[in-house]
Amino acid sequence: MSIRKSIKSFILRNYLFTDDDSALSDTESLVHAGIVDSTGILELIVHVEEAWGIQVLAEEMVPDNFDSVDRVVDFISRKQQILV
Amino acid sequence: MCGIAGGVWSDGGSALTRTDLEAMIGQLQHRGPDGFGYYEGNGVALSHARLSVIDLATGDQPLCNEDGSVWVVFNGEIFNFIELRAELEALGHTFRTQSDTETLVHAYEEYGDLFVRRLNGQFAFALWDQRRSRLLLGRDRVGIRPLFYTRDQGRLLFASEVKALSPVLSRSLSLDRRGLAQVFTFWSTVGSRTVFDQVSSLPPGHILAIEQGREVLTRYWDWTYPEVGSCVPSFEQSAEQLRDLLIDAISLQLRSDVPVAAYLSGGLDSSGIVSLIRSFTDTPMRTFSVTFDDPEFDERAHQQAMVDYLGSEHTTVRCHRGDIGNIFARLVLHTESPILRTGPAPLLILSELVRSSGYKVVLTGEGADEVFGGYDIFKEARIRRFWARQPESEGRAALLGKLYPYLKHSPVGNRAYSQSFFGQGLQDVDNPFYAHAPRWATTRRLWNFFSKDMRAALKGWDPLSDLSAQLPAEFSNWDGLGRDQYVEVQTLMSGYLLSSQGDRVAMASSVEGRFPFLDHRVIEFANRLPANYKLRGLREKAVLRQALAGLLPDSVLRRVKQPYRSPDSESFFCDGKPLAFVDYLLSQHRIRESGYFEAGAVEKLMRKCAEGKAIGFGDNMAFVGILSTMLVDELIVRGRSLGGIESLAAMAA
Repeated sequence: MSIRKSIKSFILRNYLFTDDDSALSDTESLVHAGIVDSTGILELIVHVEEAWGIQVLAEEMVPDNFDSVDRVVDFISRKQQILV
Repeated sequence: MCGIAGGVWSDGGSALTRTDLEAMIGQLQHRGPDGFGYYEGNGVALSHARLSVIDLATGDQPLCNEDGSVWVVFNGEIFNFIELRAELEALGHTFRTQSDTETLVHAYEEYGDLFVRRLNGQFAFALWDQRRSRLLLGRDRVGIRPLFYTRDQGRLLFASEVKALSPVLSRSLSLDRRGLAQVFTFWSTVGSRTVFDQVSSLPPGHILAIEQGREVLTRYWDWTYPEVGSCVPSFEQSAEQLRDLLIDAISLQLRSDVPVAAYLSGGLDSSGIVSLIRSFTDTPMRTFSVTFDDPEFDERAHQQAMVDYLGSEHTTVRCHRGDIGNIFARLVLHTESPILRTGPAPLLILSELVRSSGYKVVLTGEGADEVFGGYDIFKEARIRRFWARQPESEGRAALLGKLYPYLKHSPVGNRAYSQSFFGQGLQDVDNPFYAHAPRWATTRRLWNFFSKDMRAALKGWDPLSDLSAQLPAEFSNWDGLGRDQYVEVQTLMSGYLLSSQGDRVAMASSVEGRFPFLDHRVIEFANRLPANYKLRGLREKAVLRQALAGLLPDSVLRRVKQPYRSPDSESFFCDGKPLAFVDYLLSQHRIRESGYFEAGAVEKLMRKCAEGKAIGFGDNMAFVGILSTMLVDELIVRGRSLGGIESLAAMAA
């Protein structure tokens, strides 16, 4: 499964409790759409760490890296390139 | 204390029989275990379930005036009844009992409808004026005591709880979708709306007159704040005046012919009450509290510090999450509403303890946070308004980290995220709901669980519309804190805290709660104070702390506010499996049958909770909200027995 599909699927299931792909666009802000609240963002970060074996540094926990499907995909890709 | 029920009808309407009345009031025995009373007149029927607190010997209800032309049934206490009685006797009225109830009929005779303004107390009453064939319903200023009404078969029915209306309705109860949506936004319905179709709640601070089939609703009191820049005494003087006022409020609220106890949560408010009682009255101090196994929720150290300081006789009850799971169905039968947190459950356990210890009356600290600006939401709004003046300021944005210590260990502690979350709507400072918008946005995520039918029914309707319509004309002239306080009391306090977490859980055990901080003179006094006497920078309830200085140990005065919370979704699972009644109510079949929620979404939420992964506020609110809605559906809408659900509760899933 591609990174994109996997991340999108996680967000849909874990925050929206749905499998319906159309419920979320790849670009919309998770915070502004009310999809992730201030206590729930940790779940996404932990999932990224566990599923891709990545270590997310404190300064990387920013909306730029996590606030949409696209941004998470880019972040993971960048981190994987570094590992390689 | 007490329950009331009855109705009025004009020609053509269907009369309430004695059997009907007995069926209605029989549902309220928990509110009034000390006896039932009835009055049947021409076009009217009144009934009362008594919890005897004042005038045990002759204070039975229904009760009338000198010539039987005015009758009343009432739930509550008129704390200034002694002064009111003296006034009325001087004006020529004759009293036959020693009760506070009797002041109502004579005050009505003397002053008409607006006699309510002379009452200092908590109350829900139904008053029958026989000469005019007129029924007057009334409710206290802040909604301490409940009162519901509905029209059915040409008659108007009223009762303290919705369950007392059911036995005589020609239709079955159904959930009001907009009411449910409001609870899933504001934690409460708004105004006279309830979660049941065609059932209204008499809003706090209102009277309703029913005459010849016509209803006239009148507001007699509201929270109000001074215009910005009004003149006031100094902070120290205000604190002194406040102390005197609190002593007086407490003295009035200690009036009782049965012993009175107090809750001691460990926080400033209840500690303050107990301390004032000890310092300024002769009342022996008997206190109660709940403790939790889980240190995240437990406050026993602070409770014990107060007990040691005061030398009160103190009893605690331990609450584990299993207790919450076991009591939850019974809780919702009493709240008669969906709830978003399990907070009321331990308080139901606590009221049972109070009752079994021989007490019918408790004083508690509810209201202080609303009246004196104690909640974090007020501080958050202050920081956001400050930050909004210089939105690029990192320093201003970082103040939010001071507010929520838990942010330190959360990615939200990171400035960028913090700004993202709390910065939404930042500049929208003229929004009347500025403080509450972030909280409501989080709660509103619960709408994601609504079924397609629910969403279709809600389309095009804004839950805020009822609330906006209710804002007083002068609202925009008040300072920020005043506006925020107003919104808080109109939603969470009246509709949830005083109801599900107040009246209902105490009355379930036939215990009457009393709230000195909600004495209307205390409220009016506090409302007149400038915001910075209440919220001094980020120091909440400043003037109250000053008023209590010297009466409390430093550890309590300086303690960081810990909001009362109890274990939520984890209370309903055991070894990764849901309790049997949870499994049944949240099953796909049952969810589809009731039609409020999307079965697939609920199933995924269940699984997330079962795996122990539902750590956030949103998921826990969703779980408790959905489960309690299904219990309302099961026990109240469908009228199925609590026994059936409880026998499931006793089984493992």
